Amino acid sequence: MSWLRKKLDQMAPDFEKGGKYHSWFALYEAVDTFFYSPPSVTHAGAHVRDSIDLKRIMILVWLATFPAMFFGMWNLGQQALTVFQLAATNGGATPDMALDGWRYWVVSTFASFDPNSLWSCFLYGATYFVPIYFVTFAVGGAWEVLFAMKRGHEVNEGFFVTSVLFALVCPPSLPLWQVALGVSFAVVIGKEVFGGTGKNFVNPALSGRAFLFFAYPAFMSGDTVWTAVNPELWKHGVDGFSGATALGQAKLEGVDHMMRLTADGLVPITWWDAFWGFLPGSIGEVSTFAILLGAVVLLVSQIASWRIMLSMLIGMIATATLFNAIGSDTNPMFAMPWYWHLVLGGFAFGMVFMATDPVSAAMTNTGKWIFGGLIGLMIILIRVVNPAYPEGTMLAILFGNLCAPLIDYLVMQANIKRRALRNV
Amino acid sequence: MAEKLSMKQVLFEPVFSNNPIILQVLGICSALAVTNSMRTALAMSVGLTLVTAFGNYFVSLIRNVIPNSIRIIVQMVVVSTLVIIVDQWLQAFAPAISKQMSVFVGLIITNCIVMGRLEAFAMKNPPVISFIDGLGNGLGYSALLMTVAFVRELFGSGSLFGFTLMSTTNIGGWYVPNGMLLLPPSAFFLIGLIIWAMRTWKPEQQEHTEFKIAPHSKAPVSHGSAGHSPVAGAQPKATH
Repeated sequence: MSWLRKKLDQMAPDFEKGGKYHSWFALYEAVDTFFYSPPSVTHAGAHVRDSIDLKRIMILVWLATFPAMFFGMWNLGQQALTVFQLAATNGGATPDMALDGWRYWVVSTFASFDPNSLWSCFLYGATYFVPIYFVTFAVGGAWEVLFAMKRGHEVNEGFFVTSVLFALVCPPSLPLWQVALGVSFAVVIGKEVFGGTGKNFVNPALSGRAFLFFAYPAFMSGDTVWTAVNPELWKHGVDGFSGATALGQAKLEGVDHMMRLTADGLVPITWWDAFWGFLPGSIGEVSTFAILLGAVVLLVSQIASWRIMLSMLIGMIATATLFNAIGSDTNPMFAMPWYWHLVLGGFAFGMVFMATDPVSAAMTNTGKWIFGGLIGLMIILIRVVNPAYPEGTMLAILFGNLCAPLIDYLVMQANIKRRALRNV
Repeated sequence: MAEKLSMKQVLFEPVFSNNPIILQVLGICSALAVTNSMRTALAMSVGLTLVTAFGNYFVSLIRNVIPNSIRIIVQMVVVSTLVIIVDQWLQAFAPAISKQMSVFVGLIITNCIVMGRLEAFAMKNPPVISFIDGLGNGLGYSALLMTVAFVRELFGSGSLFGFTLMSTTNIGGWYVPNGMLLLPPSAFFLIGLIIWAMRTWKPEQQEHTEFKIAPHSKAPVSHGSAGHSPVAGAQPKATH
């Protein structure tokens, strides 16, 4: 690899001050530090040095999303191909109905339309996820580089995380122009207007998703967006199933009446189905198991705060149990026990990847407990008592982000007061 | 006022250089509420411009006889009279728009721009120039309102002044309307972006930084002394 180093060093003068490509320095620097550790080291004062720098943190978080990402791709294909198979056997749908244009070509050339084939499902999912991720990366990256060039800061790996998290919380059938719009909002309004990585006060990926959620609700919520199939297929013999997410169904009929499509038709959803993630949903959030694998990485490397995860869990359990105890005759969500709340919807993904974003979360340790607890509480409140939204993780975390500075302020004031009293 | 104010300056300064919304950030509530269609925004703009201009004029006429201690009340009486005229006129001749704008016509009374101009300008200047000042500030308000309404109606409903330009999907067209632009918070984003653009164009509008982050201090050369350490965890700035 030394030729690469040599090449980069050779190019360096052109990008440094006075060089002909100076305005592109940010891009050069990004490529250089992507391959090699930055040459700059601390040279003043006493510092605790650690090999975990911003770059390594971000790359680790990025890697931690991989189980959820790959499982998401497989599951996306599995869900869609199941719908296709049922439509084919019951209603005579033909393979070319399953997918449009190039996707059909890719899947039919390199795989089959068999929902039992691991490879077919995975490839099918990839034809949806890869374009979404690519657009996220290209459009968001372009904004990132533009701002880095104009503002003179560095392009950093934080964007890897923002982009993968954003792509993973998209519904599988999201049109790509909306992906581009959402990630533009995430990077520009969610992050760069405040000064870039480390200065944003809400989670950029979630702010982009929230933008799409309010701007294009027909593509971000409802029943049909969670399975990536040609809408024509629903007309072919998939009776009695609207494609609603488990939470959407639970909202209407209660936790005992949640159904999913399998090759044998509609079957009730078991807790383990939800835990492993054999359900339709946003691409990366379906499998609690895959997300927990990522959580282990984040916790062992101490990147994510265990306080936030734990307090969010406690907040959720407490609130859910409270609603169980209150009970309701008209609202079946009151009866949903906490272990269901844990595995359905975006709770696990939000808890592990979104709420633990160190920039937008509370900074103080006590604050983290309050922050997590507040989010857990809000998620259940939205899921149970808000009639409009079956899922509330995104909004609850954004709400927590907004409260985080206030929480920190109060914690610090309380601490100052406590210490002042000590010396009366 | 000793200095002579030029009419042109008084009229046009509030549009770009000293815009009541963009620079002073006044009158935000109505800018959020009525800008989802250009028609209501226009009605509101005209209404507010007239009220500000005539309010300024009448208050300026009587500025020397208003007892200082009750001046706000007197100003309110003048403004409410004008607002009632506007409101009644709208109800009579444009009932649909009047209904859409609901309380926001009445709320012109409490609009910060109106009260601000009365206090800051009309109470100290002769009537004609006050009238022009009111007109100018009304124009500044209108300019922003119409810009925001243009974006919100065009991309939120695919139309301008109610005429369909881009046929939306719910009536069988191709344009997928951006639902967020129909919600009031979107005006916040738009006004924010406009303020950003304005301050890039006219840097003198930028606020002074309240505090400045000092560059990293060089530690004293004496090695091993832990007495003087910079902020823990400070990232070293790459020095290329």
